[in-house]
Amino acid sequence: MSWVTLALAAWAGGWYVNVRLSHSRAARTRVGQLAVPVIFGITVLVLWEGLVRGLGVSPVILPPPSAVAARIGSSLPTLGADFWQTAVKGALTGYLLGCGAAVLTAIAIDRSPFLQKGLLPVGNFVAALPIVGVAPIMVMWFGFDWQSKAAVVVIMVFFPMLVNTVAGLKATDAMQRDLMATYSASYWQTLAKLRLPAAMPFIFNGLKISSTLALIGAIVAEFFGSPIVGMGFRINASIGQLALDMIWAEIAVAALAGSAFYGLVALIERRMTFWHPSQRT
Amino acid sequence: MRNILPILTVVATIVVLWYLAAVKLNSAWVYDQATRAGADMPAFSQVVSETMNQDRPVLPTPHQVGAELWKSTVGMAVTSKRSLVYHGWVTISATLLGFAIGTGLGVLLAVGIIHNRAMDMSVMPWAIASQTIPILAIAPMIIVVLNSLGLQGLVPKAIISAYLSFFPVVVGMVKGLRSPDQMQLDLLKTYNASAAGAFWKLRVPSSMPYLFASLKVGIAASLVGAIVGELPTGAVAGLGARLLSGSYYGQTVQIWAALFAAAIVAAGMVIVIGLIEKGTLRRMGMVR
Repeated sequence: MSWVTLALAAWAGGWYVNVRLSHSRAARTRVGQLAVPVIFGITVLVLWEGLVRGLGVSPVILPPPSAVAARIGSSLPTLGADFWQTAVKGALTGYLLGCGAAVLTAIAIDRSPFLQKGLLPVGNFVAALPIVGVAPIMVMWFGFDWQSKAAVVVIMVFFPMLVNTVAGLKATDAMQRDLMATYSASYWQTLAKLRLPAAMPFIFNGLKISSTLALIGAIVAEFFGSPIVGMGFRINASIGQLALDMIWAEIAVAALAGSAFYGLVALIERRMTFWHPSQRT
Repeated sequence: MRNILPILTVVATIVVLWYLAAVKLNSAWVYDQATRAGADMPAFSQVVSETMNQDRPVLPTPHQVGAELWKSTVGMAVTSKRSLVYHGWVTISATLLGFAIGTGLGVLLAVGIIHNRAMDMSVMPWAIASQTIPILAIAPMIIVVLNSLGLQGLVPKAIISAYLSFFPVVVGMVKGLRSPDQMQLDLLKTYNASAAGAFWKLRVPSSMPYLFASLKVGIAASLVGAIVGELPTGAVAGLGARLLSGSYYGQTVQIWAALFAAAIVAAGMVIVIGLIEKGTLRRMGMVR
């Protein structure tokens, strides 16, 4: 029982510190704003560990965080191979292809308001659909390896990206376009020098949404068939063996990869759209 | 209504492209059959007609998918194990239950967050960060763990749906409840309104547009969660199960029909929420 008491005490202590911190002057500083969620995260982990140990929860139901950490440490090569197969080969390839195709499509239909009027509602509609469902079809067409996963990701990211880019290309106002016209700029010059830069905040918004979708698509597609490597495969296979610590390890890797990917896109956005009001500090 | 013509054009183009792709992808099988039979290479028109109605095409044609959809919804008893209405209902019930739980808890947490500073600072960064994480990956584990605890069928899928719709609602609702500006809050203070009064008369009404925006995201996520939740138990019931059994047995027409059924369900639910939104905002005098 001592584990449970310890965990609850740690939880109460962490919460008390957080309440004090958030009402103190430190809450205004950057360190304070970082410390509060970190303390909260740590207390959650401690509570989890303590309750699992204290109440004797079976490891096939919920393994304690220490077991997950041990598993991550002992199977780094496997996790690395899975990460490479799913996140880099499957998700990243599909992400680049899908987002690239969407931006090119948006530019291609840029000159035709008719096509835009038709494609945008269709794109918005498709973006809300459960597209992961195409996974079995793609697995049939492109085989078990990463190509089918990349194909699923391409379809998943295409429409959110298309809708955002088309909206972005409309983001310039008449005054700016008139200025370009007085410079006697051609269509392509206006596109490259004015409209694409102005579309960047929208494009990055699409890229950020797509970065999450890409990993989901690649992992779920592996549930429908995959070679014997990959995060989705490992999760599915570990369920059969009731190796829940392995599943949690994969989830930790997926969470890290997802946040890192998102963070990277956000960082590039910061660099490229430093002029936008939302990026000024 | 001016948009009808462009939309129809785009949809028609997609259908035409679909037929062309079907001819291209399915013709390999026709040529293959002809070679095996030792016959001459069939003429192009014959190939086209043979690609239209194969039993297990690489890409089923739109009319095949439409026929299968019709057959398995209208043309079959609702209780039949092959009826898409039956499977659709299995998925929809899990989605709606999960969506209700997730939305309820999400709104509660949002209320807690705006009234408690410590909660705001500790939970909010995690709620935002959790949206960048492929949460769907843990769906199979939840199903299996709950299964070993004796929970089966509707509830585990609903939990996944709830989990997926939870965070969008929290983030949207916090934004919404914070949307009244200082001037409006000050006005209520001059009326000597209590915190509860300010909450019900100002914060809740002004959060409605945000709430509905995140409900639309949430219900789409819930449906995906319910479908993915049906995969690990093997093909038992539900649209996800239809996808899986179709992929096991190479029944491409069945996969496409299930996919379209899922799309129709998703679209239907988003439209219903849109209608409720319109009605609510009109009653509140916030028509846009």
